[in-house]
Amino acid sequence: MTPSTQADVSAEIAALRGTRPGLAHPDRAYAPYRSSALRHPRKPLVVVRDPEAVELSGPVFGTTDVTELDTDLTRQHTGEPLGERMTVTGRVLDRDGRPVRGQLVEIWQANAAGRYAHQRDGHPAPLDPNFTGVGRCRTDDDGRYAFTTIKPGPYPWRNHTNAWRPAHIHFSLFGRAFTQRLVTQMYFPGDPLFPYDPILQAVTDDAARDRLVAAYDHDLSVPEWSLGYRWDIVLDGPAATWIEEGR
Amino acid sequence: MGTLPPTPSQTVGPFYGYALPFPGGEELAPAGHPGTITVRGTVYDGAGAPVPDALVEVWQAGPDGSLAGAPGSLRRDPVTGAVAGRHGIDFTGFARSATDAAGHWFVRTLPPAPHRSGAVPHLAVCVFARGLLHHLYTRIHLPEHATALSTDPLFAALPPNRRATLVAAEERPGTYRFDIHLQAGASEETVFLAFP
Repeated sequence: MTPSTQADVSAEIAALRGTRPGLAHPDRAYAPYRSSALRHPRKPLVVVRDPEAVELSGPVFGTTDVTELDTDLTRQHTGEPLGERMTVTGRVLDRDGRPVRGQLVEIWQANAAGRYAHQRDGHPAPLDPNFTGVGRCRTDDDGRYAFTTIKPGPYPWRNHTNAWRPAHIHFSLFGRAFTQRLVTQMYFPGDPLFPYDPILQAVTDDAARDRLVAAYDHDLSVPEWSLGYRWDIVLDGPAATWIEEGR
Repeated sequence: MGTLPPTPSQTVGPFYGYALPFPGGEELAPAGHPGTITVRGTVYDGAGAPVPDALVEVWQAGPDGSLAGAPGSLRRDPVTGAVAGRHGIDFTGFARSATDAAGHWFVRTLPPAPHRSGAVPHLAVCVFARGLLHHLYTRIHLPEHATALSTDPLFAALPPNRRATLVAAEERPGTYRFDIHLQAGASEETVFLAFP
């Protein structure tokens, strides 16, 4: 099959924009993201009105699951990585605005040149011997997480001809309930690649899509050292809750 | 119902392999525990091809029915930062298995006990994959609970030809198969669940 052009994909994106007003999550069948074609269920999901306790509870992580160095992606090797040093911080909340405390936040990202330290990344951009691009931390009592890293670069991929991903950091989050689980991507404000990217545009509600973009926060920038970004995360999940005595 | 709008999901993409999987992620059961069972399977796409870049997570009650879990699933060595692994004393309840090049995943675990009297225990499963924009949940039931399961309201409400997708098949004593069909025909596609 001939690969689509950006014009083809952009037309599909435009046709689907705004078609799911108020819905935050992408349609799993979103066709402009070609890899979704064979990887989404055709049948509607079965709605669970009365979840089991196992679905309203979730894994716990502790101080032994992370080390101090895991939050600083610039200090995991003998030298300094190349790129624009930055910090990213924010709070993990539930839909009632309550902080998600003591939970695991995992991130991974490309280096400043847009290359992942992954064998299957064939993008001919340099690897950085001083940057792997993996971090993790546990949220504090306010639900806050914080990482020091370098700004990832954009990179090409093969969804269609001349497809480029906007710069992003992958985030994996746990809530109190396993059914609050979230894997998502954080983007940077003002990236010119936004309108061309079928993964970001799969969120067809404008307000929801904007929530994937971090804010530059000058108060978080450290003089002579790093630029600061703020990104809060709200976990979706079942309206029901489960509280075990003594937990 | 909460008032804050949620952060949208995005695909896990192809490159989580050096970030999310961890040594021993599949090994929930303490080493050498006599009650250990293995649950394994293949993740398939809509063309029937195995999915080599999926990630399967399991959360479950312990053999005592407890849902308290325990820290230490990805316990790390504070000196080197390397994964030291579970210490095998507490049952953490959480497993993570990245599919291999053949789309195969597995967990070695202990059978979950009911959390309350009358509950049908299951392994709660969350599936991520490149190409999947929003993760999927399902339930793995063990065949020995088939009788109790037949009266479970959610299970009983399913069309009969779809029920089998939620029950692991015993391959041999202690080893169960649970394939995950992200997309398939009438009866093969796995039943996936939504939790509004």
